[in-house]
Amino acid sequence: MSEQILKIRNLTKRFTASGPVIIDDFNLDLHEGEFVSLVGASGCGKSTLLNILTGLDSPTSGTIESKYAASLMFQEHALLPWLTAGENIELALKLSDAPEVKKLDADGREARAQELLELVHLPHAFDLRPHELSGGMRQRVAIARALAQGRKVLLMDEPFAALDAITRDFLHDELIRIWQETGLAVIFVTHNVREAVRLGQRVILMSSKPGRIIREWPIKYAQPRRIESNTVAQISAVITDELRKEIRRHA
Amino acid sequence: MPNFEHIDVDIALEEKQRKADLAAMSAGLDALETNSKRGSDRRKRIFRAFAPLVAVAIVLVLWQIAVWLKLQPDYILPSPAQVVASLIDQAQQGLLFPSALNSLRRGVQGFAISLIIALPIGLALGLNPTLRAIARPLLTGLQQLPSVAWVPAAIIWFGLSDATIFAVVLLGAVPSIANGLISGIDQIPPIYLRAGKVLGAKGFKSIYHIVIPGAWPGFLGGLEQGWAFAWRSLMAAELIAIAPSLGPGLGLMLDTGRQLGDMSLVLGSIITIMAVGVLIERLVFAPVRQRTLRNRGLITS
Repeated sequence: MSEQILKIRNLTKRFTASGPVIIDDFNLDLHEGEFVSLVGASGCGKSTLLNILTGLDSPTSGTIESKYAASLMFQEHALLPWLTAGENIELALKLSDAPEVKKLDADGREARAQELLELVHLPHAFDLRPHELSGGMRQRVAIARALAQGRKVLLMDEPFAALDAITRDFLHDELIRIWQETGLAVIFVTHNVREAVRLGQRVILMSSKPGRIIREWPIKYAQPRRIESNTVAQISAVITDELRKEIRRHA
Repeated sequence: MPNFEHIDVDIALEEKQRKADLAAMSAGLDALETNSKRGSDRRKRIFRAFAPLVAVAIVLVLWQIAVWLKLQPDYILPSPAQVVASLIDQAQQGLLFPSALNSLRRGVQGFAISLIIALPIGLALGLNPTLRAIARPLLTGLQQLPSVAWVPAAIIWFGLSDATIFAVVLLGAVPSIANGLISGIDQIPPIYLRAGKVLGAKGFKSIYHIVIPGAWPGFLGGLEQGWAFAWRSLMAAELIAIAPSLGPGLGLMLDTGRQLGDMSLVLGSIITIMAVGVLIERLVFAPVRQRTLRNRGLITS
Protein backbone atom coordinates (compact mmCIF):
# COMPACT_ATOMS: atom_id res chain seq x y z
CA MET A 1 0.00 0.00 0.00
CA SER A 2 1.25 3.48 -0.81
CA GLU A 3 1.97 6.09 1.81
CA GLN A 4 -0.94 7.42 3.82
CA ILE A 5 -1.17 11.18 3.43
CA LEU A 6 -4.37 12.08 5.23
CA LYS A 7 -5.90 10.62 8.35
CA ILE A 8 -9.10 12.08 9.74
CA ARG A 9 -10.40 10.71 13.03
CA ASN A 10 -13.70 11.51 14.76
CA LEU A 11 -13.97 14.90 13.11
CA THR A 12 -16.97 16.84 14.43
CA LYS A 13 -18.02 20.36 13.60
CA ARG A 14 -20.64 22.67 15.02
CA PHE A 15 -20.53 26.40 14.44
CA THR A 16 -21.79 27.37 17.89
CA ALA A 17 -21.54 25.40 21.11
CA SER A 18 -25.29 24.80 21.28
CA GLY A 19 -25.88 24.85 17.51
CA PRO A 20 -26.61 21.87 15.27
CA VAL A 21 -23.93 19.33 14.47
CA ILE A 22 -22.78 19.93 10.89
CA ILE A 23 -20.33 17.07 10.61
CA ASP A 24 -20.54 14.10 12.96
CA ASP A 25 -17.73 11.65 13.67
CA PHE A 26 -16.17 11.76 10.21
CA ASN A 27 -13.30 9.34 9.55
CA LEU A 28 -11.22 9.06 6.42
CA ASP A 29 -7.92 7.56 5.35
CA LEU A 30 -6.42 8.80 2.13
CA HIS A 31 -3.35 7.30 0.51
CA GLU A 32 -1.01 8.80 -2.02
CA GLY A 33 -2.51 8.82 -5.49
CA GLU A 34 -5.97 7.75 -4.35
CA PHE A 35 -9.18 9.06 -5.91
CA VAL A 36 -12.13 9.25 -3.53
CA SER A 37 -15.59 10.50 -4.45
CA LEU A 38 -17.80 11.97 -1.77
CA VAL A 39 -21.54 11.98 -2.50
CA GLY A 40 -24.30 13.53 -0.44
CA ALA A 41 -27.48 15.54 -0.67
CA SER A 42 -27.62 19.18 0.41
CA GLY A 43 -26.69 19.73 4.03
CA CYS A 44 -24.16 16.93 4.23
CA GLY A 45 -21.54 19.41 5.41
CA LYS A 46 -19.27 18.90 2.43
CA SER A 47 -18.36 22.56 2.01
CA THR A 48 -17.57 22.80 5.70
CA LEU A 49 -15.47 19.66 5.46
CA LEU A 50 -13.49 21.05 2.52
CA ASN A 51 -12.98 24.36 4.32
CA ILE A 52 -11.59 22.46 7.29
CA LEU A 53 -9.29 20.39 5.09
CA THR A 54 -7.91 23.50 3.37
CA GLY A 55 -7.43 25.28 6.67
CA LEU A 56 -10.09 27.94 6.09
CA ASP A 57 -12.01 26.59 9.10
CA SER A 58 -11.17 24.40 12.08
CA PRO A 59 -12.90 21.34 13.52
CA THR A 60 -14.76 21.44 16.84
CA SER A 61 -13.26 18.13 17.85
CA GLY A 62 -11.37 15.25 16.28
CA THR A 63 -7.99 15.08 14.62
CA ILE A 64 -6.65 15.61 11.14
CA GLU A 65 -3.21 14.26 10.47
CA SER A 66 -2.08 15.42 7.13
CA LYS A 67 1.29 15.17 5.54
CA TYR A 68 0.61 17.83 2.94
CA ALA A 69 -1.70 20.80 2.71
CA ALA A 70 -4.47 20.43 0.17
CA SER A 71 -5.46 22.67 -2.70
CA LEU A 72 -9.09 23.36 -3.48
CA MET A 73 -11.05 23.86 -6.65
CA PHE A 74 -14.55 25.33 -6.66
CA GLN A 75 -17.67 24.92 -8.73
CA GLU A 76 -17.17 28.40 -10.12
CA HIS A 77 -13.81 28.67 -11.75
CA ALA A 78 -12.74 31.53 -9.42
CA LEU A 79 -10.05 32.65 -11.84
CA LEU A 80 -9.09 36.25 -11.16
CA PRO A 81 -10.46 38.30 -14.07
CA TRP A 82 -7.73 40.95 -13.93
CA LEU A 83 -5.06 38.34 -14.73
CA THR A 84 -4.55 36.22 -17.82
CA ALA A 85 -4.79 32.44 -17.60
CA GLY A 86 -1.01 32.21 -17.34
CA GLU A 87 -0.81 34.96 -14.71
CA ASN A 88 -3.46 33.21 -12.62
CA ILE A 89 -1.23 30.16 -12.50
CA GLU A 90 1.87 32.28 -11.86
CA LEU A 91 0.12 33.90 -8.90
CA ALA A 92 -0.59 30.46 -7.40
CA LEU A 93 3.11 29.63 -7.86
CA LYS A 94 4.15 32.93 -6.27
CA LEU A 95 1.91 32.39 -3.22
CA SER A 96 2.66 28.69 -2.77
CA ASP A 97 4.44 27.52 0.36
CA ALA A 98 5.69 24.28 -1.19
CA PRO A 99 9.52 24.32 -1.07
CA GLU A 100 10.04 23.15 -4.66
CA VAL A 101 7.67 25.87 -5.91
CA LYS A 102 9.13 28.56 -3.66
CA LYS A 103 12.58 28.24 -5.16
CA LEU A 104 11.35 29.13 -8.68
CA ASP A 105 12.28 32.58 -9.98
CA ALA A 106 10.09 34.64 -12.32
CA ASP A 107 11.29 32.80 -15.45
CA GLY A 108 10.92 29.48 -13.69
CA ARG A 109 7.36 30.36 -12.75
CA GLU A 110 6.48 31.38 -16.28
CA ALA A 111 7.90 28.13 -17.66
CA ARG A 112 6.08 26.08 -15.03
CA ALA A 113 2.79 27.89 -15.75
CA GLN A 114 3.15 27.13 -19.47
CA GLU A 115 3.96 23.50 -18.63
CA LEU A 116 0.80 23.23 -16.53
CA LEU A 117 -1.28 24.78 -19.32
CA GLU A 118 0.12 22.16 -21.66
CA LEU A 119 -0.80 19.47 -19.15
CA VAL A 120 -4.44 20.57 -19.30
CA HIS A 121 -4.29 20.79 -23.11
CA LEU A 122 -4.31 24.59 -23.26
CA PRO A 123 -0.87 25.38 -24.68
CA HIS A 124 -2.01 28.60 -26.35
CA ALA A 125 -4.08 30.05 -23.51
CA PHE A 126 -1.34 31.80 -21.52
CA ASP A 127 -2.25 35.34 -22.58
CA LEU A 128 -6.01 34.88 -22.75
CA ARG A 129 -8.24 36.47 -20.14
CA PRO A 130 -10.75 34.30 -18.24
CA HIS A 131 -13.68 35.89 -20.11
CA GLU A 132 -12.13 34.85 -23.42
CA LEU A 133 -12.23 31.19 -22.39
CA SER A 134 -15.18 28.79 -22.48
CA GLY A 135 -16.51 27.30 -19.24
CA GLY A 136 -14.64 24.06 -19.78
CA MET A 137 -11.39 25.86 -20.57
CA ARG A 138 -11.74 27.95 -17.42
CA GLN A 139 -12.14 24.88 -15.28
CA ARG A 140 -9.04 23.37 -16.88
CA VAL A 141 -7.09 26.54 -16.09
CA ALA A 142 -8.48 26.27 -12.56
CA ILE A 143 -7.17 22.68 -12.38
CA ALA A 144 -3.78 23.89 -13.61
CA ARG A 145 -3.81 26.65 -10.99
CA ALA A 146 -4.67 24.18 -8.23
CA LEU A 147 -1.86 21.89 -9.42
CA ALA A 148 0.53 24.87 -9.38
CA GLN A 149 0.35 24.99 -5.61
CA GLY A 150 2.50 21.88 -5.56
CA ARG A 151 0.41 19.94 -3.08
CA LYS A 152 -0.29 16.25 -2.95
CA VAL A 153 -4.01 16.44 -2.29
CA LEU A 154 -6.53 18.09 -4.57
CA LEU A 155 -9.99 18.79 -3.17
CA MET A 156 -12.66 19.40 -5.77
CA ASP A 157 -16.00 20.93 -4.79
CA GLU A 158 -18.47 20.01 -7.56
CA PRO A 159 -16.05 21.41 -10.11
CA PHE A 160 -18.01 20.37 -13.19
CA ALA A 161 -21.57 20.98 -11.97
CA ALA A 162 -22.05 24.15 -14.01
CA LEU A 163 -20.79 22.73 -17.32
CA ASP A 164 -22.75 21.35 -20.25
CA ALA A 165 -22.92 17.56 -20.60
CA ILE A 166 -20.47 17.21 -23.49
CA THR A 167 -17.84 19.31 -21.76
CA ARG A 168 -18.41 17.54 -18.44
CA ASP A 169 -17.86 14.13 -20.04
CA PHE A 170 -14.71 15.36 -21.63
CA LEU A 171 -13.42 16.87 -18.40
CA HIS A 172 -14.01 13.55 -16.62
CA ASP A 173 -11.63 11.97 -19.12
CA GLU A 174 -9.18 14.82 -18.72
CA LEU A 175 -9.28 14.73 -14.94
CA ILE A 176 -8.57 10.99 -14.90
CA ARG A 177 -5.71 11.46 -17.36
CA ILE A 178 -4.23 14.29 -15.24
CA TRP A 179 -4.71 12.29 -12.06
CA GLN A 180 -2.89 9.32 -13.60
CA GLU A 181 -0.08 11.52 -14.92
CA THR A 182 0.48 13.48 -11.71
CA GLY A 183 -0.16 10.86 -9.04
CA LEU A 184 -2.21 13.29 -6.97
CA ALA A 185 -4.66 12.18 -4.33
CA VAL A 186 -8.12 13.57 -5.11
CA ILE A 187 -11.21 14.06 -2.97
CA PHE A 188 -14.03 14.80 -5.38
CA VAL A 189 -17.27 16.10 -3.90
CA THR A 190 -20.42 15.88 -6.00
CA HIS A 191 -24.20 15.55 -5.96
CA ASN A 192 -24.02 13.40 -9.04
CA VAL A 193 -23.79 9.69 -8.19
CA ARG A 194 -22.83 8.63 -11.71
CA GLU A 195 -20.06 11.18 -11.79
CA ALA A 196 -18.81 9.87 -8.44
CA VAL A 197 -18.79 6.30 -9.77
CA ARG A 198 -17.29 7.32 -13.12
CA LEU A 199 -14.30 8.89 -11.37
CA GLY A 200 -13.62 7.41 -7.95
CA GLN A 201 -11.76 4.37 -6.71
CA ARG A 202 -14.00 4.62 -3.69
CA VAL A 203 -17.37 6.27 -3.32
CA ILE A 204 -18.34 7.52 0.12
CA LEU A 205 -21.99 8.34 0.76
CA MET A 206 -22.71 11.04 3.34
CA SER A 207 -25.90 11.60 5.30
CA SER A 208 -27.34 15.08 5.73
CA LYS A 209 -27.89 17.07 8.91
CA PRO A 210 -25.66 15.95 10.47
CA GLY A 211 -23.10 14.94 7.85
CA ARG A 212 -21.91 11.47 8.66
CA ILE A 213 -20.56 8.62 6.54
CA ILE A 214 -23.36 6.17 5.71
CA ARG A 215 -21.45 3.74 3.64
CA GLU A 216 -18.49 3.29 1.36
CA TRP A 217 -18.19 1.37 -1.90
CA PRO A 218 -14.93 0.36 -3.54
CA ILE A 219 -15.11 0.73 -7.32
CA LYS A 220 -12.66 -1.85 -8.53
CA TYR A 221 -13.15 -1.26 -12.17
CA ALA A 222 -10.34 0.07 -14.32
CA GLN A 223 -10.11 3.49 -15.89
CA PRO A 224 -10.95 4.74 -18.44
CA ARG A 225 -14.57 4.18 -17.57
CA ARG A 226 -17.51 5.52 -19.46
CA ILE A 227 -20.30 7.25 -17.68
CA GLU A 228 -22.85 5.59 -19.97
CA SER A 229 -21.51 2.07 -19.39
CA ASN A 230 -23.68 -0.58 -17.77
CA THR A 231 -21.25 -1.05 -14.94
CA VAL A 232 -21.33 2.61 -13.93
CA ALA A 233 -25.12 2.58 -14.26
CA GLN A 234 -25.54 -0.53 -12.10
CA ILE A 235 -23.28 0.66 -9.31
CA SER A 236 -24.90 4.09 -9.44
CA ALA A 237 -28.35 2.56 -9.07
CA VAL A 238 -27.34 0.82 -5.84
CA ILE A 239 -25.81 4.00 -4.39
CA THR A 240 -28.73 6.17 -5.54
CA ASP A 241 -31.16 3.87 -3.71
CA GLU A 242 -29.20 4.40 -0.52
CA LEU A 243 -29.06 8.15 -1.11
CA ARG A 244 -32.83 8.31 -1.64
CA LYS A 245 -33.42 6.30 1.50
CA GLU A 246 -31.37 8.92 3.36
CA ILE A 247 -33.29 11.82 1.81
CA ARG A 248 -36.67 10.20 2.65
CA ARG A 249 -35.56 10.00 6.25
CA HIS A 250 -35.77 13.80 6.38
CA ALA A 251 -39.36 13.95 5.07
CA MET B 1 -21.88 -5.04 0.66
CA PRO B 2 -22.33 -5.67 -3.05
CA ASN B 3 -19.30 -6.82 -4.92
CA PHE B 4 -18.60 -5.43 -8.36
CA GLU B 5 -15.25 -7.05 -8.85
CA HIS B 6 -16.60 -9.49 -11.39
CA ILE B 7 -17.43 -6.63 -13.71
CA ASP B 8 -14.42 -5.72 -15.70
CA VAL B 9 -13.50 -3.11 -18.24
CA ASP B 10 -16.23 -2.34 -20.73
CA ILE B 11 -14.21 -0.70 -23.38
CA ALA B 12 -10.46 -0.45 -23.22
CA LEU B 13 -9.00 1.74 -25.88
CA GLU B 14 -5.33 1.65 -26.55
CA GLU B 15 -3.69 4.12 -24.11
CA LYS B 16 -1.91 6.18 -26.72
CA GLN B 17 -4.93 6.40 -28.97
CA ARG B 18 -6.97 7.53 -25.99
CA LYS B 19 -4.59 10.38 -25.23
CA ALA B 20 -4.54 11.51 -28.84
CA ASP B 21 -8.33 11.41 -28.93
CA LEU B 22 -8.50 13.47 -25.77
CA ALA B 23 -6.15 16.10 -27.13
CA ALA B 24 -8.15 16.33 -30.35
CA MET B 25 -11.39 16.45 -28.40
CA SER B 26 -9.97 19.27 -26.33
CA ALA B 27 -8.89 21.26 -29.38
CA GLY B 28 -12.26 20.69 -31.06
CA LEU B 29 -14.33 21.74 -28.04
CA ASP B 30 -12.21 24.81 -27.47
CA ALA B 31 -12.50 25.84 -31.10
CA LEU B 32 -16.28 25.43 -31.01
CA GLU B 33 -16.79 27.25 -27.76
CA THR B 34 -14.60 30.31 -28.07
CA ASN B 35 -15.41 33.33 -30.09
CA SER B 36 -12.44 34.21 -32.25
CA LYS B 37 -13.70 37.69 -33.08
CA ARG B 38 -11.59 40.14 -31.13
CA GLY B 39 -10.93 43.83 -31.25
CA SER B 40 -13.40 46.48 -32.22
CA ASP B 41 -14.59 48.02 -35.40
CA ARG B 42 -12.21 50.76 -36.55
CA ARG B 43 -14.98 52.97 -37.86
CA LYS B 44 -16.90 52.68 -34.62
CA ARG B 45 -13.82 53.72 -32.67
CA ILE B 46 -13.16 56.76 -34.85
CA PHE B 47 -16.80 57.79 -34.52
CA ARG B 48 -16.61 57.47 -30.76
CA ALA B 49 -13.48 59.62 -30.61
CA PHE B 50 -15.07 62.47 -32.53
CA ALA B 51 -18.69 62.16 -31.38
CA PRO B 52 -18.32 64.66 -28.50
CA LEU B 53 -17.45 67.35 -31.08
CA VAL B 54 -21.06 67.18 -32.29
CA ALA B 55 -22.24 68.61 -28.96
CA VAL B 56 -19.53 71.28 -29.08
CA ALA B 57 -20.62 72.26 -32.60
CA ILE B 58 -24.29 72.51 -31.56
CA VAL B 59 -23.44 74.75 -28.59
CA LEU B 60 -21.26 76.97 -30.81
CA VAL B 61 -24.02 77.30 -33.43
CA LEU B 62 -26.68 78.19 -30.80
CA TRP B 63 -24.29 80.65 -29.18
CA GLN B 64 -23.49 82.30 -32.51
CA ILE B 65 -27.19 82.52 -33.39
CA ALA B 66 -27.88 84.18 -30.02
CA VAL B 67 -25.11 86.68 -30.78
CA TRP B 68 -26.51 87.38 -34.28
CA LEU B 69 -29.97 87.94 -32.83
CA LYS B 70 -28.36 90.51 -30.49
CA LEU B 71 -30.22 89.07 -27.48
CA GLN B 72 -27.68 90.76 -25.21
CA PRO B 73 -25.03 93.43 -25.74
CA ASP B 74 -21.58 91.98 -26.39
CA TYR B 75 -20.10 92.98 -23.02
CA ILE B 76 -22.59 90.48 -21.57
CA LEU B 77 -22.63 87.92 -24.37
CA PRO B 78 -19.51 88.13 -26.52
CA SER B 79 -19.33 86.05 -29.71
CA PRO B 80 -17.28 82.85 -29.93
CA ALA B 81 -14.81 84.73 -32.14
CA GLN B 82 -14.32 87.41 -29.46
CA VAL B 83 -13.67 84.75 -26.83
CA VAL B 84 -11.11 83.03 -29.06
CA ALA B 85 -9.48 86.40 -29.76
CA SER B 86 -9.23 87.09 -26.05
CA LEU B 87 -7.58 83.68 -25.47
CA ILE B 88 -5.13 84.35 -28.32
CA ASP B 89 -4.40 87.70 -26.72
CA GLN B 90 -3.68 85.98 -23.38
CA ALA B 91 -1.42 83.52 -25.16
CA GLN B 92 0.48 86.35 -26.88
CA GLN B 93 0.97 88.07 -23.53
CA GLY B 94 2.52 84.82 -22.32
CA LEU B 95 -0.21 84.24 -19.75
CA LEU B 96 -2.43 81.46 -21.07
CA PHE B 97 -0.04 78.50 -21.12
CA PRO B 98 1.86 79.31 -17.91
CA SER B 99 -1.53 79.73 -16.17
CA ALA B 100 -2.87 76.45 -17.51
CA LEU B 101 0.36 74.58 -16.81
CA ASN B 102 0.73 75.96 -13.30
CA SER B 103 -2.86 75.05 -12.45
CA LEU B 104 -2.40 71.62 -13.98
CA ARG B 105 0.80 71.07 -12.00
CA ARG B 106 -1.01 71.98 -8.78
CA GLY B 107 -3.93 69.75 -9.72
CA VAL B 108 -1.70 66.76 -10.47
CA GLN B 109 0.45 67.23 -7.37
CA GLY B 110 -2.60 67.71 -5.16
CA PHE B 111 -4.21 64.64 -6.68
CA ALA B 112 -1.06 62.57 -6.14
CA ILE B 113 -0.81 63.60 -2.47
CA SER B 114 -4.54 62.90 -2.06
CA LEU B 115 -4.04 59.42 -3.46
CA ILE B 116 -1.20 58.69 -1.05
CA ILE B 117 -3.36 59.82 1.88
CA ALA B 118 -6.61 58.20 0.70
CA LEU B 119 -5.15 54.76 -0.05
CA PRO B 120 -4.43 53.69 3.56
CA ILE B 121 -7.65 55.33 4.79
CA GLY B 122 -9.73 53.52 2.16
CA LEU B 123 -8.03 50.19 2.84
CA ALA B 124 -8.40 50.49 6.61
CA LEU B 125 -12.06 51.44 6.43
CA GLY B 126 -12.79 48.97 3.64
CA LEU B 127 -11.30 46.02 5.48
CA ASN B 128 -12.10 46.79 9.10
CA PRO B 129 -15.81 47.08 10.01
CA THR B 130 -15.12 48.72 13.37
CA LEU B 131 -13.01 51.49 11.88
CA ARG B 132 -15.59 51.92 9.18
CA ALA B 133 -18.45 52.31 11.66
CA ILE B 134 -16.45 54.99 13.44
CA ALA B 135 -15.02 56.96 10.55
CA ARG B 136 -17.12 56.51 7.43
CA PRO B 137 -19.85 59.05 8.37
CA LEU B 138 -17.12 61.65 8.88
CA LEU B 139 -15.61 60.80 5.51
CA THR B 140 -18.99 61.01 3.79
CA GLY B 141 -19.67 64.31 5.55
CA LEU B 142 -16.39 65.69 4.22
CA GLN B 143 -17.33 64.48 0.75
CA GLN B 144 -20.69 66.28 0.95
CA LEU B 145 -19.09 69.53 2.07
CA PRO B 146 -18.13 71.80 -0.85
CA SER B 147 -14.39 72.14 -0.41
CA VAL B 148 -14.60 75.86 -1.22
CA ALA B 149 -15.96 76.16 2.33
CA TRP B 150 -12.44 75.34 3.53
CA VAL B 151 -10.80 78.23 1.69
CA PRO B 152 -11.25 80.86 4.45
CA ALA B 153 -10.01 78.44 7.10
CA ALA B 154 -7.04 77.42 4.99
CA ILE B 155 -6.08 81.06 4.37
CA ILE B 156 -6.14 81.71 8.14
CA TRP B 157 -4.08 78.58 8.84
CA PHE B 158 -1.56 78.68 6.02
CA GLY B 159 -1.70 82.25 4.70
CA LEU B 160 -1.65 82.92 0.99
CA SER B 161 0.64 80.06 0.04
CA ASP B 162 0.65 76.90 -2.03
CA ALA B 163 -0.11 75.06 1.21
CA THR B 164 -3.51 76.75 1.35
CA ILE B 165 -4.33 75.64 -2.16
CA PHE B 166 -3.14 72.07 -1.56
CA ALA B 167 -5.10 71.86 1.71
CA VAL B 168 -8.31 72.73 -0.14
CA VAL B 169 -7.53 70.30 -2.98
CA LEU B 170 -6.81 67.51 -0.50
CA LEU B 171 -10.01 68.09 1.46
CA GLY B 172 -11.89 67.88 -1.83
CA ALA B 173 -10.21 64.81 -3.30
CA VAL B 174 -9.25 62.55 -0.38
CA PRO B 175 -12.83 61.67 0.73
CA SER B 176 -13.87 60.81 -2.83
CA ILE B 177 -10.87 58.58 -3.47
CA ALA B 178 -11.16 56.85 -0.09
CA ASN B 179 -14.90 56.33 -0.47
CA GLY B 180 -14.38 54.95 -3.99
CA LEU B 181 -11.88 52.44 -2.66
CA ILE B 182 -14.25 51.42 0.14
CA SER B 183 -17.13 50.77 -2.25
CA GLY B 184 -14.72 49.00 -4.60
CA ILE B 185 -13.74 46.68 -1.75
CA ASP B 186 -17.40 46.08 -0.89
CA GLN B 187 -18.08 45.04 -4.47
CA ILE B 188 -15.31 42.44 -4.73
CA PRO B 189 -17.10 39.16 -5.47
CA PRO B 190 -16.53 36.94 -2.39
CA ILE B 191 -15.32 34.09 -4.59
CA TYR B 192 -12.13 36.06 -5.41
CA LEU B 193 -11.38 36.61 -1.73
CA ARG B 194 -11.95 32.92 -1.13
CA ALA B 195 -9.74 32.00 -4.07
CA GLY B 196 -7.05 34.28 -2.66
CA LYS B 197 -7.25 32.55 0.72
CA VAL B 198 -7.06 29.11 -0.85
CA LEU B 199 -4.01 30.17 -2.86
CA GLY B 200 -2.37 31.36 0.36
CA ALA B 201 -2.65 35.15 0.04
CA LYS B 202 -2.50 36.65 3.52
CA GLY B 203 -2.02 40.13 4.93
CA PHE B 204 -0.12 42.48 2.65
CA LYS B 205 0.00 39.88 -0.15
CA SER B 206 -3.76 39.58 -0.05
CA ILE B 207 -4.14 43.37 -0.27
CA TYR B 208 -1.68 43.61 -3.15
CA HIS B 209 -2.74 40.58 -5.19
CA ILE B 210 -6.46 40.34 -4.44
CA VAL B 211 -8.03 43.34 -2.66
CA ILE B 212 -6.69 46.24 -4.73
CA PRO B 213 -7.09 44.60 -8.16
CA GLY B 214 -10.48 43.21 -7.08
CA ALA B 215 -11.63 46.64 -5.93
CA TRP B 216 -10.09 48.37 -8.96
CA PRO B 217 -13.27 49.11 -11.00
CA GLY B 218 -14.91 50.90 -8.04
CA PHE B 219 -11.62 52.43 -6.98
CA LEU B 220 -11.10 53.81 -10.48
CA GLY B 221 -14.52 55.49 -10.26
CA GLY B 222 -13.36 57.05 -6.98
CA LEU B 223 -10.15 58.24 -8.62
CA GLU B 224 -12.05 59.87 -11.48
CA GLN B 225 -14.36 61.59 -9.05
CA GLY B 226 -11.38 62.49 -6.88
CA TRP B 227 -9.69 64.14 -9.86
CA ALA B 228 -12.86 66.11 -10.69
CA PHE B 229 -13.10 67.24 -7.05
CA ALA B 230 -9.41 68.12 -6.95
CA TRP B 231 -9.70 70.22 -10.10
CA ARG B 232 -12.85 72.00 -8.90
CA SER B 233 -11.41 72.67 -5.46
CA LEU B 234 -8.24 73.96 -7.05
CA MET B 235 -10.18 76.47 -9.16
CA ALA B 236 -12.19 77.61 -6.13
CA ALA B 237 -8.98 78.08 -4.15
CA GLU B 238 -7.20 79.92 -6.97
CA LEU B 239 -10.19 82.17 -7.43
CA ILE B 240 -10.21 83.24 -3.80
CA ALA B 241 -6.60 82.97 -2.65
CA ILE B 242 -4.88 85.49 -4.87
CA ALA B 243 -1.36 86.74 -4.25
CA PRO B 244 1.61 87.52 -6.50
CA SER B 245 3.66 84.91 -4.62
CA LEU B 246 1.29 82.19 -5.83
CA GLY B 247 2.16 82.68 -9.49
CA PRO B 248 -0.20 82.33 -12.46
CA GLY B 249 -3.24 80.08 -12.60
CA LEU B 250 -6.50 79.65 -14.46
CA GLY B 251 -8.46 80.75 -11.38
CA LEU B 252 -6.42 83.95 -11.30
CA MET B 253 -7.04 84.47 -15.03
CA LEU B 254 -10.77 84.12 -14.43
CA ASP B 255 -10.67 86.58 -11.55
CA THR B 256 -8.70 89.07 -13.68
CA GLY B 257 -11.46 88.87 -16.29
CA ARG B 258 -14.07 89.58 -13.62
CA GLN B 259 -12.14 92.58 -12.26
CA LEU B 260 -11.67 94.05 -15.74
CA GLY B 261 -15.30 93.36 -16.61
CA ASP B 262 -13.94 91.49 -19.63
CA MET B 263 -16.64 88.88 -20.36
CA SER B 264 -14.62 87.42 -23.24
CA LEU B 265 -11.77 86.65 -20.87
CA VAL B 266 -14.18 85.26 -18.26
CA LEU B 267 -15.77 82.89 -20.77
CA GLY B 268 -12.38 82.05 -22.26
CA SER B 269 -11.07 81.11 -18.80
CA ILE B 270 -14.13 79.00 -18.05
CA ILE B 271 -13.75 77.18 -21.36
CA THR B 272 -10.05 76.59 -20.70
CA ILE B 273 -10.79 75.19 -17.22
CA MET B 274 -13.36 72.84 -18.71
CA ALA B 275 -11.07 71.86 -21.56
CA VAL B 276 -8.22 70.91 -19.22
CA GLY B 277 -10.63 68.80 -17.14
CA VAL B 278 -12.00 67.05 -20.21
CA LEU B 279 -8.53 66.52 -21.63
CA ILE B 280 -7.33 64.75 -18.47
CA GLU B 281 -10.47 62.60 -18.42
CA ARG B 282 -10.06 61.65 -22.07
CA LEU B 283 -6.29 61.15 -22.09
CA VAL B 284 -5.77 59.55 -18.69
CA PHE B 285 -8.92 58.09 -17.16
CA ALA B 286 -10.90 57.01 -20.22
CA PRO B 287 -8.16 54.75 -21.64
CA VAL B 288 -7.52 53.17 -18.23
CA ARG B 289 -11.23 52.59 -17.69
CA GLN B 290 -11.63 51.19 -21.19
CA ARG B 291 -8.72 48.81 -20.70
CA THR B 292 -9.96 47.67 -17.30
CA LEU B 293 -13.44 46.90 -18.58
CA ARG B 294 -12.15 45.16 -21.70
CA ASN B 295 -9.62 43.03 -19.81
CA ARG B 296 -12.30 41.82 -17.45
CA GLY B 297 -14.81 41.13 -20.20
CA LEU B 298 -17.22 43.77 -18.92
CA ILE B 299 -17.40 45.34 -22.38
CA THR B 300 -16.75 43.64 -25.68
CA SER B 301 -15.17 46.37 -27.77
